[in-house]
Amino acid sequence: MADKIFRVNMTDLTTSIEDVPADWAGLGGRGLTSTIVAAEVEPTCHPLGHRNKIIIAPGMLSGTVAANSGRISIGAKSPLTGTIKEANAGGTAAQMLAKSGCKALIIEGLPKGDSWYNLHLTADSITINKETELIGKGNFAVIDAVADRLNDKHGVISIGQAGEMKLLSANISIKDPDSNLRSCGRGGLGAVLGSKRIKFISIAPTDAKVDIANQEAFTAANRTFTKALVDNPISQALGQYGTNVLVNIINESGGLPTRNFTSGQFDGHEAISGETMYDTIVEREGKPKHNCHKGCVIQCSQIYNDVNKAYKTSGFEYESIWAMGADCCVDNLDHIAEADHLMDDMGIDSIETSVAMAVAMEAGVLDFGDGAEVCRILKEEVANGTPLGHIIGCGAGNVGRTFGVTRVPVVKNQAIPAYDPRAIKGIGITYCTSTQGADHTMGYTIATNILGVGGSVDPLSKEGQIELSRNLQIATAAIDSTGMCLFIAFAALDDEKCLPALVDMLNARFGINLTADDVTSLGSTILKTEHDFNLAAGFTNKDDRLPEFFSEEPIAPHNVVWDISGEEIDTFWDF
Amino acid sequence: MEVTVKLFAYFRDGRFKEAASTLSDEETTPRNVIESLAIDMDDVGVIMVNNRHAAADYRLHNNDVLAIFPRIGGG
Repeated sequence: MADKIFRVNMTDLTTSIEDVPADWAGLGGRGLTSTIVAAEVEPTCHPLGHRNKIIIAPGMLSGTVAANSGRISIGAKSPLTGTIKEANAGGTAAQMLAKSGCKALIIEGLPKGDSWYNLHLTADSITINKETELIGKGNFAVIDAVADRLNDKHGVISIGQAGEMKLLSANISIKDPDSNLRSCGRGGLGAVLGSKRIKFISIAPTDAKVDIANQEAFTAANRTFTKALVDNPISQALGQYGTNVLVNIINESGGLPTRNFTSGQFDGHEAISGETMYDTIVEREGKPKHNCHKGCVIQCSQIYNDVNKAYKTSGFEYESIWAMGADCCVDNLDHIAEADHLMDDMGIDSIETSVAMAVAMEAGVLDFGDGAEVCRILKEEVANGTPLGHIIGCGAGNVGRTFGVTRVPVVKNQAIPAYDPRAIKGIGITYCTSTQGADHTMGYTIATNILGVGGSVDPLSKEGQIELSRNLQIATAAIDSTGMCLFIAFAALDDEKCLPALVDMLNARFGINLTADDVTSLGSTILKTEHDFNLAAGFTNKDDRLPEFFSEEPIAPHNVVWDISGEEIDTFWDF
Repeated sequence: MEVTVKLFAYFRDGRFKEAASTLSDEETTPRNVIESLAIDMDDVGVIMVNNRHAAADYRLHNNDVLAIFPRIGGG
């Protein structure tokens, strides 16, 4: 089926299905969302106003049988950072949109009045419908309601209460194959969907298949690609311990931000580690391995049960566990799991909100280590939209400004995630220069700084960090466009058969002749498009900096500060 | 010479989480320790000594803390 652009105008409540402009034909995922945002969104617009648009796009290989290709990208101007934004997640929506021939869904305008709506997308239509029943409800209620009204084969993209309230940390949730949630987490995209008064989007199942120009070549390339992923030892460890396997190694390296970024090691690391989590899951008859989308062969997700062996949460990630754990000094995995579940249901970023909670702890709003109070605040204050709930739900920067805290770990107002840039300097360059605020996934130097993947660069030295971050940011922008999970990068960096097989699949899917250099060039173009948008929105090189406390407060155990100068950071963009 | 040895992920299975180890004068490297634990060197991803990355043939000192990880990743 030929790909189309589905467009929804919420100002006049009209929809259209359009041909794909030639310039967009070779794009998907982040490459497409960022290209459309750059083309159609005024960079200086208010992110929650009528000029912002939200773009939802499956990756270039989504909907095919390519392993790990089920990521969906959502883009807009971010209300949290003011920059361009793309957040991606697994779940079933990317594959369903691609099979429906939806290359991208563009939602623009703002409705007049105070009605809420849902969208329903099929292979040849999209409709706007009034929604009343689910307003004020969490994401799990939305998924249940769509299954009741239609059936459980439908895809769902939704916001919880956080998105309805336009909290700047609100995320957008994607239904997974087990009717649980995956999140396009960062940058407040849920607030943008909430500003357009769309509670959810349902996607009808279809028997249609995506077109493959050369099926034989595609099948052969996918076989090679899948083998590279399955054989990779890091893939195997991810399946057993999940991403949370990182707690102990990052702690050992001295780069685990603890107690609102005042130490690099957490005394309670063992209690929240991947090893402890694995033992707990097995003991409570959960599932250590679980795939967030059909065709994933790594299976880093899991089902974490509570003490009564009942489902508590899934997709229980290192980042969330670090943030609510070490950064807030909560050493109880069940409190962290409860918080994770609450944040999933109300639809709020578990990194931003947990880092905001740690800043609130420093401000004296609650005590470090008080996991029960964290859960109470999430449930009673944030989900209900009390004044304190709004303060915390609008992010770490907002909490710092409100309570006069100066140790606020953000870049471009987005919370710094789970690696301290003083002790792991490559990731500091990524935080500074990312086109989307502090975000480890934009250029994951931890692979090379800590894990020995793709070579090795000393985490404490200034040498080589800018080049490392640049190369990874370019590669990541390309991978984020294919619909591939970023965790293919572990195999891609160390198995010489992996990346050529991915390029072969792109060529076989579209009947084109890309080389590896073309893919790198695509990554460079995406980064520059995003950077240009930010410059036009008013950002300068002075925004590419870490907060000053990183340069002034040494962090244990290495007693190091951030020591890469602004002039050095600015050379990142020399390409 | 006394060193503290810490193991992670599946290296702990059938072994230990953390243990004190006495090394002879001839066996002073992480490689010696890894071999004595019957861990396949090919399975080792990262070695750290006192919170810093170290090579398998690094010369250990008394009271060092040696951490041995299999090949792992996340993010």
